[in-house]
This record gives sequence, C-alpha cells and structure tokens, in this order.
Amino acid sequence: MRIRKNIAVSEEGFLFNPATGDSFSTNGIGSEIIRMLKQDKSTHEITDEICRGYDVDRLLFERDLDEFTALLKDYSILE
Amino acid sequence: MNKKRYERPTLRKMNTGLMNKFGTKTENEPVTHIESVSAKGLLKEYGSPLFVISEKQIRRNFQNASRIFKTRYPKVQFAWSYKTNYLDAVCQIFHQEGSWAEVVSGFEYDKALRNGVPGYKIIFNGPDKTDEQLVTAAKNNSLIHIDHYDELYALIRLSEEHRLKPRVAIRINMDTGIYPKWDRFGFNFENGQAWNALTRIINSPNLDLVGLHCHIGTFMLSPNAYATAARNLCELTWSVKERYGKVLQYVDLGGGFPSTNTLKGAYLPGTDTVPSLDQFADAITDVILGYGFSQEELPLLILESGRALIDDAGYLLGTVLATKRLSDGRRATILDFGLNTLFTSLWYEHKVSPAQPMGQQTEEMILYGPLCMNIDVVRESIVMPLLEKGNHVVVHKVGAYNMTQWMQFITLRPNIVLIDVENNTHIIRKAETMEYIDSLEVVPEHLKTINRH
Repeated sequence: MRIRKNIAVSEEGFLFNPATGDSFSTNGIGSEIIRMLKQDKSTHEITDEICRGYDVDRLLFERDLDEFTALLKDYSILE
Repeated sequence: MNKKRYERPTLRKMNTGLMNKFGTKTENEPVTHIESVSAKGLLKEYGSPLFVISEKQIRRNFQNASRIFKTRYPKVQFAWSYKTNYLDAVCQIFHQEGSWAEVVSGFEYDKALRNGVPGYKIIFNGPDKTDEQLVTAAKNNSLIHIDHYDELYALIRLSEEHRLKPRVAIRINMDTGIYPKWDRFGFNFENGQAWNALTRIINSPNLDLVGLHCHIGTFMLSPNAYATAARNLCELTWSVKERYGKVLQYVDLGGGFPSTNTLKGAYLPGTDTVPSLDQFADAITDVILGYGFSQEELPLLILESGRALIDDAGYLLGTVLATKRLSDGRRATILDFGLNTLFTSLWYEHKVSPAQPMGQQTEEMILYGPLCMNIDVVRESIVMPLLEKGNHVVVHKVGAYNMTQWMQFITLRPNIVLIDVENNTHIIRKAETMEYIDSLEVVPEHLKTINRH
C-alpha cells in the first residue's frame, strides 16, 4: 500500500489530489497513518506504532485501519 | 507512560462552493447528566436503552403554562391528555398540580379512576365509547364529549333507560385556516351540523349541555387558528344563550400546542420556529375576553395540552452497538433503540447528544436502530462526534407519545425511570421480560412439542 506520488499532504492533515482536483481533511490519527504510509510502513508496523502511542485496543485499531485504507483507495489516494 | 486518547481516523472530502449561510457549527455538547444524575450511572443501574423522565421539568412546564394562561384569563382548567403519556406516575404529577384527566377510551377512563381522579373531573373524548362506558361515565358525573350522531342518540336512549342526566358537550370541527383540516371528529361548524346537534341536546330532557369542545389539530404552529376556534366556540356559546337562555359553563379548546422538537422536512429547528405558549394564550384569551360575556357568564377555559407539557421532560438513553461504512462511503451508527422504542422518530428530527465527552472531530452519519428492518432509521442524517461501539447517547424531548405508542416488536420494551425533584431515581415502568410476554400466550396442547409422534 503506497500513497500515490502526486498526492500532496500537509502537516495539518489536508490532502490534495491534483489529478482529480479533490481535497480532503483528516484528523490527527489519520495524518499519522498517512505519514507512515508515505514512509512505506506496513500495516503491521503502523498498528504497532499507533498502539504504542494511543490508548486503543489492537483489534479495534486493525478494524479502523482497514476501513480507513479502504476509504483512501476509494478516493484514489492509495495506489 | 500515559498513552494519548484515541479517536478513529477520519477522511472527509472537502466540497467547494458557497458557504452555508447558517455557518458550520453543530451542537455536540456532551450531555453527561440528566438533571443532576449521571447518564452513565443510570444506564449501568437500569440497563440500556432507558427512558428517563424528569419530575422537576414536568412540574416546571405545568406551572409555567398555568401561569401563562391564568395571568391572562380568570377561569382556566388544565386536563391531562392521557394518550400523550399515561404512565400512572406521570399522570399523578399532573393531577397533583391540579390537572383533571382527559381520556379517549374506556381503558384510559378506568386508568384515571384508578389514579383517584373523581369522575366529575374526567373528560371523556373520542369516537369510541361503548354503551357500558357511557353509562359508567354518566353515573360518575363525568364530562362526556359527544363525537357523532350515533353516540348522541345512544346517550339519549341510555339516559332514558337508566334515568340519568349526563353532563355533555359536543366536539366541533371547523375550518381554522390550517391544513390539513381535521373534520373526522365531532360535528361540523360551518355546515350547521354542530348547531343541529346542540339543538337536539337542548331538546332532550335527559341530557345536560354544559360546554363546547374542539381540538383543531396537533403540533399546531399557528396561534391564529386558535383565535378562530375560540371565536367559533364563543359564537355558539352566545347563540345557545340567546336562543335557549342556557348559559354554558365552559369552552374546551383541546390541545395541539407544539413542543420545540423539529418536524421532519422543517427548514429550521423547532426551537427557532415554534411559537411560544404566550402567543397561543394571547390568541385564545383575547378572543374570549373580547367577546362580550358578562363577568358571571365568562366560560371556564379548559385546555387539554399534552405534548407541550411533557416532551422536554423525557429523555431516551442508549448505546452504540456498532458503526460501519455504507457502500457510498457514508458512516452508519447502529443504536440499541429504534422505531419500536422511539416511535416519534417517524416524524421528528430528534436532537441526539453524546453522553460522554468526545473529541472535536465530527462526521455526518445515519443513525439506525437495532431492528432487522430497513425502515428502522432514527436519524437520516446527523453530524455527531466519532461514535464508537459502547458509547452512549441521549435523545432529547421524547416525553410525549413514545411511552404510549411504542411497540413490543423484535425486542422487549425497556425500563422507564423517573428522577424526582430531589434527584432520587425510581423505576416507574419495569422492563418487559420473556415471562411477561409469555403470560399472554396460550399454546394449544397439540402444538406444545415439535415432534408430532
């Protein structure tokens, strides 16, 4: 899973897709996940890192991550 | 190490275009307490979902309405509309405050009697009164509001047979300029039917005509319609006096005053659009006071308000069962109460608040109930914080009609708790159990086992 190269991502959590003209906003966790996806981290590594820093059950986060990445694919942000 | 607070990752597509002229702020203040009682604690003690009623708010509403009308008109009597919420504890609060009972069936009539309301303080409305119920009401000296000619003639016959002289009024329907016009109940004003019925009653030695009644609609948003109704009732009262020399004791304007809930399809929230009770009181009392009755003949003004006195005293607490994303990307949240419990979600956009502090992020979602039925939708679109399984929510203004129109369908009906004026909690209707449902069923002997041989 990789973020498309042409997608612009700001520190504040805004995404812009120049191919479609769509822009998106995400929350803090979403920004962190996108940052890690840009670093080519695996879902396993992302899960480890988030669960280390946040008060969240691992299974719950895995479910949320699945759903989030599915949404990123739907919007053509992920390759 | 203290871990940071987690919230589900969100992604929201930004839409370009004109700004919403009403701004983007949405109300998502958590409601952690009902009166001073913790919502979480209530759910833990009494289960989820849970209806909660505030006695303090009911009394506040009643005293406020009473003050509004009594400072404008000298003779006012409220009669609690049983069908709005006939839980005994709720009725007793209204009766303690001085309300009579307004009932629309034999079942409700018996409930009022069991609650200790004297017969002469019960108004018996509605199109469904059996001969037996009419005789009982007549013997108890209740106010019988006649709905149709069949009932009028039945009452004439029964009064003769039983040598009774019941106190009666007729219900009158009329064009008050609102749509839809309610003409299915009572006798019509404009075509003379009401006058004919009044004449028939006055000519019956066994009936005592004491008043006139109307109920022009429900969730009425036009005070002017009440002014029209009051004027028509005054005109008939005046005509009865002029033609027959009979002074009627009361005019009953019924109910129909709205609460501040938001009706489906409304452009603005109910809190911004619903007229105040003062406006309705002005419309009604100005007409009666200005009609020209002498001080002694000024009729008693009876009001059968239900919804406006109780809606905001009722809350429904519930729990998120699951969240999911629909095929078109929309968020769906499944709650543990649906149409079966919150019947009024069919016509209101109910305000729903989180019952615990939540992050600032919000998302648009559909709120579904737990029923395996496509129609089970609590809110078709609402912006709320990122709800998770196990979170609690509070639905506001659910005191009217839900606890009478709810259905035992798919799930059992939950507990109802009253928070009294000192913030003590009391169960006022127990949650249903399998034993309760079972106790009403009878299985024939040959169907008691699955194996036939």
